[in-house]
Amino acid sequence: MTIITQDTKLSRDVLAEMIRIRRFEEAVEDLYGRGMMHGTMHLSIGEEAVPVGVSLALRPDDYITSTHRGHGHCIAKGADLERMMAELLAKETGYCRGRGGSMHIADTETGNLGANGIVAGGVPIAAGAALSAQMRGTDQVAVCFHGDGAMGEGAWHEGVILAVMWQLPVVFVCENNMYGMSMSAEKAFRLEQLSDRARGYGLPGVTVDGNDVQAVYDAANEAIERARSGGGPTFIEAKTYRYRGHSKSDKNLYRTREEIEEWRQRDPIELFKAAAIAAGTLTEADAAAVQDEIRNELREAVQRAAAAPDARADDMLEGVYAR
Amino acid sequence: MTDSQNVQSGELVEMTYSEAIRDALAVAMDADPRVFMMGEDVGVYGGAFGVTGELVNRLGTDRIRDTTISELGTVGAGVGAAMTGMLPIVEIQFSDFSAQAMDQIANQAAKIHFMLGGAVNVPLVIRAPGGSGTGAAAQHSQSLEAWFAHIPGLKVLMPATADDAKGLLLAAIDDPNPVIIIEHKLLYKTTGLVRPGAGRTPIGVAEVRRRGTDLTIVATGIEVSRALEAAEILEQNGISATVVDPRTLKPLDTETIFREVIATGRVLLVQEAVRTLGFMSEVSALIAESEAFVHLRAPIQRLAGMDIPIPYAPQLERAAVPQVDDIVAAATRLVTEW
Repeated sequence: MTIITQDTKLSRDVLAEMIRIRRFEEAVEDLYGRGMMHGTMHLSIGEEAVPVGVSLALRPDDYITSTHRGHGHCIAKGADLERMMAELLAKETGYCRGRGGSMHIADTETGNLGANGIVAGGVPIAAGAALSAQMRGTDQVAVCFHGDGAMGEGAWHEGVILAVMWQLPVVFVCENNMYGMSMSAEKAFRLEQLSDRARGYGLPGVTVDGNDVQAVYDAANEAIERARSGGGPTFIEAKTYRYRGHSKSDKNLYRTREEIEEWRQRDPIELFKAAAIAAGTLTEADAAAVQDEIRNELREAVQRAAAAPDARADDMLEGVYAR
Repeated sequence: MTDSQNVQSGELVEMTYSEAIRDALAVAMDADPRVFMMGEDVGVYGGAFGVTGELVNRLGTDRIRDTTISELGTVGAGVGAAMTGMLPIVEIQFSDFSAQAMDQIANQAAKIHFMLGGAVNVPLVIRAPGGSGTGAAAQHSQSLEAWFAHIPGLKVLMPATADDAKGLLLAAIDDPNPVIIIEHKLLYKTTGLVRPGAGRTPIGVAEVRRRGTDLTIVATGIEVSRALEAAEILEQNGISATVVDPRTLKPLDTETIFREVIATGRVLLVQEAVRTLGFMSEVSALIAESEAFVHLRAPIQRLAGMDIPIPYAPQLERAAVPQVDDIVAAATRLVTEW
């Protein structure tokens, strides 16, 4: 079992990846606020430990399906920041050539089968990717990231049931950020923990602190190894929190400032930084250097993306069907 | 069942529509390990309409794969498998149940290629029996092709003969896009001559089933055979009809339709589906917008199902959708009044 904070390089990488996700989203928020970004956006600021902890346990050829709040999954699986930013800035060089935007970024080269604008839309798709891996006789694993809200959707139920029936190599990672838009998961599902539901569906379930990247990694690693070795699917609930609203329309009327502040006290990046410093593998200066590095990386990505040509409308019709 | 491998190439074989589909499944699965099929009761049960029959005995439960009663999950699993190197065929037991699976069909399968900027293909085939005539009433008898044809990104096929049931399925499996094949329940037991081996029916090419001089009937699905029967009766009454079977609704072979409409100057559009906003409404508009319009000697006529849910009682069910007599009457009116 890998203890992240015992390894200097790994600690640095994990910290960098969480900061990369946060800075990317802060840049998006800033560009949006300045009127330079179109559409809507769903930010995962505060939830970074989940995609980073899970991806640490994945291989490059493993699959993920993501959600409308998917920038973190995308980055943690290895997507290119400039192409992501270009997509959000409606550029021809973006991942989807401006056809998809924030909610539809996929990166097949890193096994990312796509964010999804439909809650739980990725659940049966992840089961299908796992079925494909099983039928092709590879030992690839699919991770399905979904939110707590997805557990109210029929697609979640159907996807999990197929995965259990066929003992597919898939891990369902529920990022329970406590609210499906404004609906409290606690009120909605009346479960002490969402992983209690797993037993009824016939798969192992575990709940972890989603702001503790080590805890996420440990649970993901165990589940992914089980899936890879033919042991079937697992459900992981990672309890976390989004600091920002659901999307730009959110006035935060369903939760309190105090609640948000409480969670900020357990910020996943700060928690990990403190742990690595306490373990002696990183210093304050190392952490500051990582911050600077990522700041430059983001600045360059935004500059290059902004300078790219705008997405073109002239060949849209040709893109509907594959040839 | 006729085993494709035992047939001399070039020699047409008589088989039923469902045997032809089964033959296509066997041919495709023998040729490519990526092809598999899944659906409710397609394995040992043999399919609700007997289409898969005993295929599971030869191809195994992995490739003729029974699912739970989960249309949404199954189509979604098909999408995921198609995105990652497999060529899945999903059977939806009755096309009506596609309503359960519509998110995965309309929001996922249809859009993924475009939405992701062309990065991924979704080579998924969905087979779904549609249509009325079995006494199964409103939730098991609809003709929903217009739903699917309305979604950019899907291809929609409606084979009307055994040979096309096989040929279009093979073409659909080859196609890198999501393809929905609406089969007709009443056609499953009908027989026809079928090309042996791996004969494909090209997607996007209509078939002129019969040529006449007085009017052109464009019909889909079960209405193709009804239109041909009607044409025989009309012939005896001195009216000569062309019958065009578009075979694939999307993409649609408008060239053939326009040409055949121009040739006779009258057109009767026949569909089993309800009239309002049905596929033939689109065909009508396409003709009206085309060069064919100026060659018309009569207004474009549509003959379609009544705008009602399909009723149970046999006499009501029959009355709800165009029958041979209705086509004869509509064609006669069109030719004699104009």
